[in-house]
Amino acid sequence: MNIIIVGDGKVGAALAAQLSGEGHDVTIIDSNSHVLRESAEALDVMVVAGNGATMATLQEARVDQADLLIAATSRDELNLLTCLTAKKLGCANTIARIRNPEYTDQLIAMREELGLSLTVNPEQAAAIEAYQLLQFPSVLKRESFAKGRVEIVAVPVHEGSKLAGIPLHKLYEIARVKVLVCAVERQGEVHIPGGSFQLQTGDTLFVTAALQDLAQLVRNLGLVEQKVKNLLIIGGSRIAFYLTQRCLDSGIHVQIIERDHERCMRLAETFPKATVIEADGSRQEVLDAQGLPYFDAVITLTGMDEENVVLSMFAQHVGVGKVITKINRVEYSELFRKVGLGSIISPKALCCSNIVRYVRAMSTASGSAGVLALHTIVDGKVEALEFRAGSDTRHCDQPLREVPLKDGILISCITHRGETMIPKGDTRFHPGDTIVVVTAGGGRILSQLNDIFAD
Amino acid sequence: MNRKIIGRMLGFLLLLECVFLFPSVVVSALHQEQNALAAILATMVIAAVSGGALCFIFRRADRHFYAREGFLITALGWVVLSAVGALPFVFSGEIPHYVDALFEVISGFTTTGASILTEVESMSKGLLFWRSFTHWLGGMGILVFLLAIVPMGKGGYSVHILRAESPGPSVGKLVPKLRQTAAILYGIYVALTVLDVLFLLAGGMPLFDALCTAFGTAGTGGFGVKNDSMAGYSPYLQNVCTVFMALFGVNFSLYFLLLIGQFRQFFRSEELGVYVLIMLSAIAIITVNTMAQYPGFRDAFHHAAFTVSSIMTTTGFSTVDFNLWPQLSRSILVVLMVLGACAGSTGGGIKTARLILLFKSLRSQIRQMLRPRSVNPVQVEGHTIPDETIRGVDTYMSAYLTIVIFSVLILALDGLPMETNLTGVLACLNNIGPGLGMVGPASNYSVFSDLAKVVLMLDMLFGRLEIFPLLILFSPTAWKKAG
Repeated sequence: MNIIIVGDGKVGAALAAQLSGEGHDVTIIDSNSHVLRESAEALDVMVVAGNGATMATLQEARVDQADLLIAATSRDELNLLTCLTAKKLGCANTIARIRNPEYTDQLIAMREELGLSLTVNPEQAAAIEAYQLLQFPSVLKRESFAKGRVEIVAVPVHEGSKLAGIPLHKLYEIARVKVLVCAVERQGEVHIPGGSFQLQTGDTLFVTAALQDLAQLVRNLGLVEQKVKNLLIIGGSRIAFYLTQRCLDSGIHVQIIERDHERCMRLAETFPKATVIEADGSRQEVLDAQGLPYFDAVITLTGMDEENVVLSMFAQHVGVGKVITKINRVEYSELFRKVGLGSIISPKALCCSNIVRYVRAMSTASGSAGVLALHTIVDGKVEALEFRAGSDTRHCDQPLREVPLKDGILISCITHRGETMIPKGDTRFHPGDTIVVVTAGGGRILSQLNDIFAD
Repeated sequence: MNRKIIGRMLGFLLLLECVFLFPSVVVSALHQEQNALAAILATMVIAAVSGGALCFIFRRADRHFYAREGFLITALGWVVLSAVGALPFVFSGEIPHYVDALFEVISGFTTTGASILTEVESMSKGLLFWRSFTHWLGGMGILVFLLAIVPMGKGGYSVHILRAESPGPSVGKLVPKLRQTAAILYGIYVALTVLDVLFLLAGGMPLFDALCTAFGTAGTGGFGVKNDSMAGYSPYLQNVCTVFMALFGVNFSLYFLLLIGQFRQFFRSEELGVYVLIMLSAIAIITVNTMAQYPGFRDAFHHAAFTVSSIMTTTGFSTVDFNLWPQLSRSILVVLMVLGACAGSTGGGIKTARLILLFKSLRSQIRQMLRPRSVNPVQVEGHTIPDETIRGVDTYMSAYLTIVIFSVLILALDGLPMETNLTGVLACLNNIGPGLGMVGPASNYSVFSDLAKVVLMLDMLFGRLEIFPLLILFSPTAWKKAG
């Protein structure tokens, strides 16, 4: 597909890398020719310098030939204008990054006029992910499928865990709920395990389970499950706004440390129930004074990755149960996992996978069999995708053990008429079912369900 | 540095050369030239075995490479291709001396067209075909061809190969994918070449001559298959050459604009305007200047147009011995030699695009001196040119001058006249072929010693690769593993 990305910032560049890697023709527009040159050298893309909201620049990028335009600059208004202009010039599909929560209602009311195919809000997505993690503090990561009925959760195997040394086929004896281990990460390597795969201390399991079984699973695995009642947010960023709203709604007490006075005022005005502290959260005295060790959970949301990493390590050091770190640059996340940083959220990566999912759904000719959800786990080494089986899907109504799948692909869950099953050898899927597929084939691109079959 | 990928790419190149030698085998077989046939086949075996071995040894090479690897692949690729490409001439005994054979084939690949052969017509057809075919391959660049057919992994760093091999100060892609860009360039190139062959055949030129002439024209090379270059052909055929040489001297991305219907942008191209303007004024002046030597205006115009088109696009075909023209015309030719064709064409020289930048930056510099507080950006076609591009052009010019000076000094050791040395160096560095004096269109480069020939070979490679990729080979940092 022919894709134009306006804005060569963090999100734009990551999208360009991902989409051009998937074989699309990508053109990047930015007014800063220095970042453009870097992109032009590192990626197989074309670059156009200029203001992406002007007709001249968009025409130079041949927007009339483009199938999709993604406006990912840091300014909402600019993104909207860019999408409007592109639409006028004949671009069929537009995606805008809109971050200001004040525009949310407008976007819904003006859907027709704006003609946007999709809006993405990285900060909101990050807040939702953080909130989900706070609900189950013992899991490292949660990805939901089938309208939230199925989850893939990351579960650590700690020192002295019940799971260490257990082969996978005995997992049911411990878990006592129907689950499927779809991937195991061991020292940065990803394994798609078989029944005889033996678990070790330090592994991270990616487990598919139905939402209603999740609590029981966590309990049976012997993970201490303590409900989060007190949350400390360090850094009053936009994510903090979204997150505070959700947490307060569900009765979690929130304390926010922010150094900027204006922001503190806005936070305090918006959330009278929350405690807002105007102080530099990166100073140890401040944290000590707030009683850091007594919080159930800490989330670091300052604008600087380094500060977040250090603060999270400190919080873990003093014994906070659940620590979530926001990191914008995902390049070093392998290292962060190694030092045991726990849960990491990255607005940029979330935004990217949202858009990539949309693009993959677009590239499928028939909308019925397209990608419904896409989550990447372990730095994109593993992808979990949700598809709906259509009438053109092969191997429908066939027992799974007879269905030839490509290497490194696993059907981890089938939802049939609202009922979720963890598949076995004699399970079948039917047209209309949604199917969650896990793949560890680096570089393989699944854009429709038929791509998973070996024949 | 990723040395393995360099080895792997060189292996690919050798395999590709083996494939490209095949048409010459057919020609040799058709003309029943046992000797040449055996020589070409032997070379094919050598290329295939060494290329296959390199590909096999480095089959696990990491596909990622950066600017440095791109430059090294380009420079080494051209050297290796030439070293192997010269073998058929040596094996067949038609050019027994390896240095001479190397000179001939480098002259071919770099689309120079300077020859050490005194007697072209006595060569076997198969080797003559190979000699002309190297022009065609070298014209658009054999690595660009490789880019068009070999998938290069995810990264975009292979753009450095395109940049290193394509002439011009700022090489850009036509479409987002490098592979498609390379394929489009080659598509235009092949289409124009076929058109040229058809026009030549329509004028009654034998197929073999038509192919070789078209290869020489397309690559703006200039190897002829006749001793008198193009002089023996009919005026129609000469006119076809005049037109096609001029066409191949135009930036190929402009043809792409025509293909996608962007006519306005095509005609707004400043480079095209300046190129046509220089060409027409040179033809006009030379026509008037040489009128006395020819029976009438039409003859003078005919030869002036052919020669200007041939020299300015750095092809080097000739219909007359322009060495005998008046001083003014000869001087204009020397200037045209240096100017060269458009960037992004198959021609050599400094390129019209650089000339425009040089002139405009000179103008802005002068304004700056007169009004020190004024701001004078250099603009081409409404776009401001970044300072780095201009600095790049300045650096290119100083490197260019340095090479000319040292080459002329080394050539002077042979004791030949100044005019011969200077125009010889310019003709090689700008990939033209014939110069003036003892290297004029009626003579050849066999007068030079081996040392001088080596210097001229380097000049040809410098000219074709636009100096820097080759210059990098001599930099110790380029070879360090880390850093």
